Parts: sequence; C-alpha cells; structure tokens
Amino acid sequence: MQGFYTLFYKEMLRFWKVSFQTVAAPVLTALLYQLIFAHSIGQHVEPYPGVSYSAFLIPGLAMMSMLQNSFANTSSSLIQSKITGNIVFLLLPPLSHMEFFLAYTLAAVVRGFVVGVGVIVVTLLFAVPPFAHPLWMLVFGLLGCGVMGILGLIAGIWAEKFDQLAGFQNFIIMPLTFLSGVFYSIHSLPPFWQNVSHFNPVFYMIDGFRYACFGVGDVAPWLSFGVVGVTFLLLSALTLHLLRSGYKLRR
Amino acid sequence: MTAIVFDRVGKQFGNFTALQEISFTVEQGDFFALLGPNGAGKTTLISILGGLTRASSGSTTVMGFDVQRDYRAARRAVGIVPQELVFDPFFTVRETLRFQSGYFGIRNNDDWIDEILAHIGLTEKADTNMRKLSGGMKRRVMVAQALVHRPPVIVLDEPTAGVDVELRQSLWAFVRSLNADGHTIVLTTHYLEEAEMLCNRIAMLKQGRLLALEDKDKLMSRGASRHLLIKTASTGLPAALQPLLASQSEEGFELRLADCNQLESILVELRQAGVGLKDIEITKPDLEEIFVEMMNQ
Repeated sequence: MQGFYTLFYKEMLRFWKVSFQTVAAPVLTALLYQLIFAHSIGQHVEPYPGVSYSAFLIPGLAMMSMLQNSFANTSSSLIQSKITGNIVFLLLPPLSHMEFFLAYTLAAVVRGFVVGVGVIVVTLLFAVPPFAHPLWMLVFGLLGCGVMGILGLIAGIWAEKFDQLAGFQNFIIMPLTFLSGVFYSIHSLPPFWQNVSHFNPVFYMIDGFRYACFGVGDVAPWLSFGVVGVTFLLLSALTLHLLRSGYKLRR
Repeated sequence: MTAIVFDRVGKQFGNFTALQEISFTVEQGDFFALLGPNGAGKTTLISILGGLTRASSGSTTVMGFDVQRDYRAARRAVGIVPQELVFDPFFTVRETLRFQSGYFGIRNNDDWIDEILAHIGLTEKADTNMRKLSGGMKRRVMVAQALVHRPPVIVLDEPTAGVDVELRQSLWAFVRSLNADGHTIVLTTHYLEEAEMLCNRIAMLKQGRLLALEDKDKLMSRGASRHLLIKTASTGLPAALQPLLASQSEEGFELRLADCNQLESILVELRQAGVGLKDIEITKPDLEEIFVEMMNQ
C-alpha cells in the first residue's frame, strides 16, 4: 500500500511542479474555445430548448479538457520515464502491477479534475449551467478521466518514442474527443454521422457529463454509464494484463 | 545461507543467445566481482536478478526467494545500481530518495537517507534538483537509491564510471563498510584493479558463458604467467633461455615463467653460461593480465 501511495503522490507532484503547463495552459485553451465559439456562433444556435450555446459548451469543454489531460498525464510520464531510463527505479522495487496501475490512473484522474474545475470556474463567466445532477457529474468525471488515464498508460507502455505517442494522441485521442459532441449536439448531424457517433465511447462521456449539468442529453444517462463503465473495465483488464506480462517494460 | 543462486540461467533475444546455462552461487558476505568484456552478458544477468529481464530458462534466487515466483521478497532483498546514468529531472535528491523508500514500502526513512547522503558526500545537495548535479553526483544518488531499503544484497553495475578518484575512494570505503556489516556485494567494473583490490571471489563471463569462477587468490595464483626481470653483467642471454624471452630493454631481459619452479633451472643455465646477475625481480600477474589471457583463450 505504501508503494501505491508513494507512486500516486509522486505522479501528482510531477504534474503539480509544472502546473503552469499542465493546469493553467489547458484552462486558458478552454477559455479561448469558449470565447471564440460562443461569440461566433452562440447567437445563432440553441442546442437544447432553454439552454444557450455558451452554457452548452461548458460541460463539453470541461470534459474534453479533463479527458485530454488525464491521457496526457499517464502517457507523458511513462514515455519520459522509458526514454530517459528512470523507469528502472519503478521496475526494481516490489511494486505490484495493481499498485502501478492504480497509482498512475488515479493521478491522471486528479489532474483531470483539477483542470476540469479550472475550466468550469473560468467559463462560468459566460453562463451558469444548472448542474442538475452533481452525482452523475462525479461518476462521468471519474470514469471518463479513468478511461483516458488508462488509455494513456496503454499508449505510454506501447510507444517507444515521442513520435509514436504523438501519433496515438493525434490520430486516435484527438479525433475521438473532437468528434464526440463537445461543440454540438449529435442531433444536429446527418443520420449517418449520428450513427457513427454512437460507436465513439467519448461521446457517451461528454453526453453523460452534459446530462449531469442540464438534466438533458442526446442519450439516456444509464446508457452512457453502461458504455463508459464497460469501456473502463475492458481497458483496465487489458492494461493489467500488459503490466503483469511486462509487455515493453521488462525484456 | 547462500545470497544468490543462478541455476542454469539462459537468455535468448530472438536468435541471439545472451546467456548460456549460467550456474553459480554468491555466498552471504562475499564481495563478488562479475567480470567480462562488453556484451559478455553481465548486465543481462544482473537484470534477471532484479526482475528487469525474464530468463528464458533456469532459475534465480536472492536470499532464498525466486525472482519470479517470490518477486516482492526477492526485490526487497536486493539493491541494484544500474549501469546507465538515469535520473528523474522533476525532483530533488531528497525527494528522489524518499520516493524510492516508499516504493519499497518504507515511510519516514529520513534518518537513513541522511546517513547515506553523508557517506556519499551529498548532504549539501539534499535539496538540489537532480538536473543540477554533476554526472558523478548523479551516479552517487543512484547508489543511494539502491541502498534506501537496506538490502542484504547490493549489486553495483559499473558504479564508478565517471566518478573522480577521490569520490571513488570514499564510495569504496562506504561499500567496504557495508560489506563488513554483512552485506553481500556484487560488482561489475571495467577497472580491474578495483575488483582485485576489493573482491574475494571472481566470476568471468564471455559471450554469455561462464569462463571462470574462483576465489580471487586462487585465480591470481594460476592462469597468467609470471615475469622474471633479470639484469646481467653481460649483454647476451644463454641460448637455452631464448625461448622464454618476452622482451629486452635497457632494464634487462624479461622472461616469461609458466611457474615458479622454472626459476631454479634458469639460474643454473645462467651460472653454467658464466653470466653474472646484477639484479633480479619476479612480478606477479595482475588481474588485468589474467583477464586478458582468459578472454583470449
């Protein structure tokens, strides 16, 4: 347990020591999205009855930032450790694969939440969502950040150079998050793309979080919870298997 | 109890055989040298000991714990200083050592951390970021990281590369004191005089095979030939001694002896040839000569 706690604390301290880059920067980015999108198309769109586009954007931007930063926390930490070689100081001690998995994933969730709170606080200047179901917010925040933290672990384990990690991030994570309904309701899409969106697990994270904020979403919250929960369990099982087998970590 | 047991350990990387059926033991309290040229398999063997690499065959135990089946107990029993100079640039020396203690399940380890820092001359640098340390200092922090959990077995893989002479000596004094306290030390080094000076047992590896495994004194007394340096009153050497001639200089003739018993017959030859002796000196082979000779076999 002490091993888990130490690694968890170390991973949090790692991002906190460079919080300008890991927290302030994504909050500023979300603020810019809010300014530009809400100002340019906000007056023409009302995604849900009685919900302004500025308010609609808040949970989407918050969740997108949370997801991207959770992914970045695990993936960048692992790839840096692998490339600089200091991963050896984690492989020599008697840390179990479960301790390793939990410490990295929870630290990613913490960073996601810190960024998410920052984004919500600054975007409240533009609109105040009703935050209808706080418990659902917590559930989708935890599961969403957990899924992306675990994906970051997988990417960090798999990648052998920064180039490969950037490929994973740019060709898988970015499209999944941008095409998940952060900036629009999928009901505004043609039927074909609506169907495609239903195969994107990130859509359910965003939509579940948005439901938690407004009490209205594109799909039922329990469906979103089911899809995100199953994704979390499947990716956890895969990652624990990779860690247990020593894939790309132990030769 | 035996500290380390390698039992028919083999390792394949694809078609490349890094280790072939290596078997030997290291006893508790040994100061053990693992020698061999680059690519001999030393680091692979140490990596198997630390669980960084999984053996393709055979078994390895540390203090009776199998490195695969009882990996947690085995890893607590061994502290390894890796060969590559690696560090985490985010943290200070003290944070690095506290984290390493925590990974081994130890809280509130500052007293021992302070003691280690004092021994390796880094007390003043405890709160300095790792990035700001010199190469030698970083390597000493790596030594400290291997010691935070007070392991009974300590493995140092090329620990003094890049460390200056004074600090190297203080490091060895510390490691010697750990050995005197009962810690088992396994050392790989390219500085063979260090192995000769410090170790009581030596294993030599070449291309993944174990070439020699002996007490140092035994190893030193066999293997490479001794040299006899003679200064004679005349400039010639009797014809019977010409086959033994290794070199000739102003210092005299250097003869290679297969063993010390040859000395008497050489003196007889010199006397019969009427060659007077001005000076005579026998040099024992050092570990480097023995090493080179064994590697060339």
